[in-house]
Amino acid sequence: MEALPARARAYVACVTVPALLCLLPLVPGSPVPPPGGARFSWWAVALLAALYAGCEHLARSRPAAAPHPGGAFHPVLLAGAFLLPPPAAALVALPGALLLPVERRPYPARRLWRAGRLVLAVWAAGRVHLAVGGREAVADCDVPGALGTAGAAVLAFCLVLTLLDGGFPAPGALPRGRRISAPAAWWRLFLRSLAPITVHGLAGLMMALLWRSPYGPVAALLVLPPMGVSWWAFAQYHRERAAHQATIRALVQAVDIKDGYTRGHSERVGRASMMIARELGMDDERVEVLRFAGILHDVGKLGVPTRLLTKDGPLTPEERRVIELHPEYGHEMVRGISFLGEARAAVLHHHERLDGTGYPYGLSGGQIPESARVVAVADAFDAMTSNRSYSRARPVPVALEELRRCAGAHFDPRMVAALVRAIGRAGWHPAVTADDPRPAGGDTRPDAVPGPVAPAVGRPGARR
Amino acid sequence: MRPRLHTVVHLCAAVLAAGSLGATLYNGVEQRGAALAFGVLIAVGELTRRNGTRIREAAPLAAAGSLSYALLGETAGRPTQHGAAQVVTVVLAASLLGSVPHVGRGGGPALDPSARRVLTVGFAAVCFQPLYNRGVFDGWGGPAHALLLLALLCLTALCDAVLAAALAHSRTGWPFLPTLRGELRAVPGIGAAVIATGAVMALGVAVVGLWALPVFSVPLLLAQLSYRRYAAVRATYRQTIASLARATEIAGYTPAGHARRVAGLSRAVGRDLGLTEPELTVLEYAALMHDIGQLSLVDPVPDGATAVLPVTEQRRIALLGGAVVRQTGVDPRVAAIVERQADPHREQPLAARIVRVVNAYEEKSREGGPGGPLTALEELRLGTAGAYAPEVVEALARVLSRNTEGAREHGGRSWRGPRTGLSDPGRGWVTHG
Repeated sequence: MEALPARARAYVACVTVPALLCLLPLVPGSPVPPPGGARFSWWAVALLAALYAGCEHLARSRPAAAPHPGGAFHPVLLAGAFLLPPPAAALVALPGALLLPVERRPYPARRLWRAGRLVLAVWAAGRVHLAVGGREAVADCDVPGALGTAGAAVLAFCLVLTLLDGGFPAPGALPRGRRISAPAAWWRLFLRSLAPITVHGLAGLMMALLWRSPYGPVAALLVLPPMGVSWWAFAQYHRERAAHQATIRALVQAVDIKDGYTRGHSERVGRASMMIARELGMDDERVEVLRFAGILHDVGKLGVPTRLLTKDGPLTPEERRVIELHPEYGHEMVRGISFLGEARAAVLHHHERLDGTGYPYGLSGGQIPESARVVAVADAFDAMTSNRSYSRARPVPVALEELRRCAGAHFDPRMVAALVRAIGRAGWHPAVTADDPRPAGGDTRPDAVPGPVAPAVGRPGARR
Repeated sequence: MRPRLHTVVHLCAAVLAAGSLGATLYNGVEQRGAALAFGVLIAVGELTRRNGTRIREAAPLAAAGSLSYALLGETAGRPTQHGAAQVVTVVLAASLLGSVPHVGRGGGPALDPSARRVLTVGFAAVCFQPLYNRGVFDGWGGPAHALLLLALLCLTALCDAVLAAALAHSRTGWPFLPTLRGELRAVPGIGAAVIATGAVMALGVAVVGLWALPVFSVPLLLAQLSYRRYAAVRATYRQTIASLARATEIAGYTPAGHARRVAGLSRAVGRDLGLTEPELTVLEYAALMHDIGQLSLVDPVPDGATAVLPVTEQRRIALLGGAVVRQTGVDPRVAAIVERQADPHREQPLAARIVRVVNAYEEKSREGGPGGPLTALEELRLGTAGAYAPEVVEALARVLSRNTEGAREHGGRSWRGPRTGLSDPGRGWVTHG
């Protein structure tokens, strides 16, 4: 069994004991009288508990990549909090939370923790709802009143859940310097959970209203399908998005396999493009598009014969012309992918130069799309700082100096300055990808890659 | 000429709408508050309609609102007096009002969804309102009333599915039963949410009054939002796969447009053979990427024509392709189809048979010049002994003949036309409810 730190064990115990105290009034002959009267139907408790456990079980049996924010079936728990006395409402959460499987060890502690936090949160919500007079509002079908009181209860529910989560001692505490302050982290968590839990609270209120109506629990059950469908679509969305990203990665890997020397090049250019875009103050969406532009800029090399890409030494003019077709091949490939937006122009024009001596169209100055100017700088930078068949890696400062020298003639000085600033502040840490055990590029790369040392091509920043 | 089925459906809807309008104008509108509230809800639901997202229910809120108005028996405890004619009139007026901006954007009024909406709502209202107003359901109080509404809604959904499948059948010549099966399989998704919300809204309004409308539409709106995002990411994914498929064309291994044509024709054949929508998607992805194994070859096959290669070579390329597809993280079923496209047809899954036959047809008909398609089909028929599955070849022949007829009728639009084009959202027209 995986050891849980002592602090975490103590924390779970600290949550479990008050949760048990919340449930105590339900024991016959207990010294504490249940608040809100002892009159309630055990049938309702059993039905809601079975419903909660059944829904959660169903949700888990479906392969879903990501959990719904704020739990899948809180509406059932909140409906219980709006209908039953707080201890009975808390009991509704217990069977589902205790019995359903947990993914990771240690199982008993995780189950206790899951049950304890839900029991406490539901109890608090029920208590608040009782205190502000929500029961009468639900019984009288007074919708504005019921909305207000349910809002208060949802707030309490969310507060307790996030406080308990935020208080959990982090395993393997982060280094002091990087950790954001605990209240700020909690506040962010609270804001993120509030919206989904509010919708769940609304659904719970609808269930409670219908449960109390002459139509009874049957009608209340009908509130759940839309929530279930939305949960399902949400899970599918995450699954499909993950698959999509895997496909894009595979597209890039295909290029990397063809062109052994550029291994990791695409990811690194994506990273550098992202740094430049951030430095220029572009919004998040555009930064993301530029990251894709960097990742996909060489995808056209799939269309270039492998023999030319891996050729050692200088190329003949004929061979160079063939390789210089790759931006157009790449554009031909990605032009049908609409979400890439201006990244498609970047793929086509990333070898244009400011003075008009680039390819494929020889555009100059402002004719070159901004995205292409960003990717051009990032591409040149990474080409210089990593080993190629025709040149060895140069140190980062030397590469930046080279870029600055060519700014204005080849590169947009704005982009070069942005890259210099960004690297000056954050440094250049090319990430090592999971499927690539070798250190990926950068100026610190040892000579692990056997390769012929070809003389550097005469032109500064020359790339293929 | 015999009138086509969709014309008949449109006529029925128009007659029903006109009759209801006349009756409502003659009798006046009962309970204007409720009518106005439901009208606003339906119009707002129509405003959120997005066509072309390839999801079944393009305006779920409007559908749920209209159904709940058709099944409304009480408002905050007081019985309602509106009849079926008023229900149809209110739904029609609100739907038209809500689609004004859509028409303004140049979307054009969608006749099929409107006809379906009018007919299904009319069906539900005619089943419920007259009997309810006459007091037939008085014995069905409490939970039984909820179950009654649920049963009526399920019946309505069934009718809607039949109507949608019939319209699709009449418009495109797709076989009726598989289309109906596809429509019915889609019901447990957003269709179930619409049914449940329709019932819950009718009951909720009966309990708490018109307050229920905004409150009870929130979960459905959430579901709609989730579905939209899912549909959007799926569309993006499809574009990426299509681009990946074009890598072989750009690298010069296959002629331009080959993958796209094979995918479009495979889909049509698969539909003819009764594959469901998820299976069709897998088939389409596999058809798009069926040649990707050639990327691993050192020298391109002449014209990318794999159908004339020796069988062992075909199988080797297929296995290489399967390996590439597996790396891309696409559904493993796609990789399995790509892998087994060169096996003898008795050992193949249906989708792999389709890809093999369509690929061979595409290559042979391209070589054959003007008479190519006919010769190619004939060759496939003769060669069915081991390589090509006879039932798939026959399905292909049916699809081709249908498309030639269709092309004559619709001014030259064939299966190569924009309707089967890869990124064309118009193909999903039948799925917009």
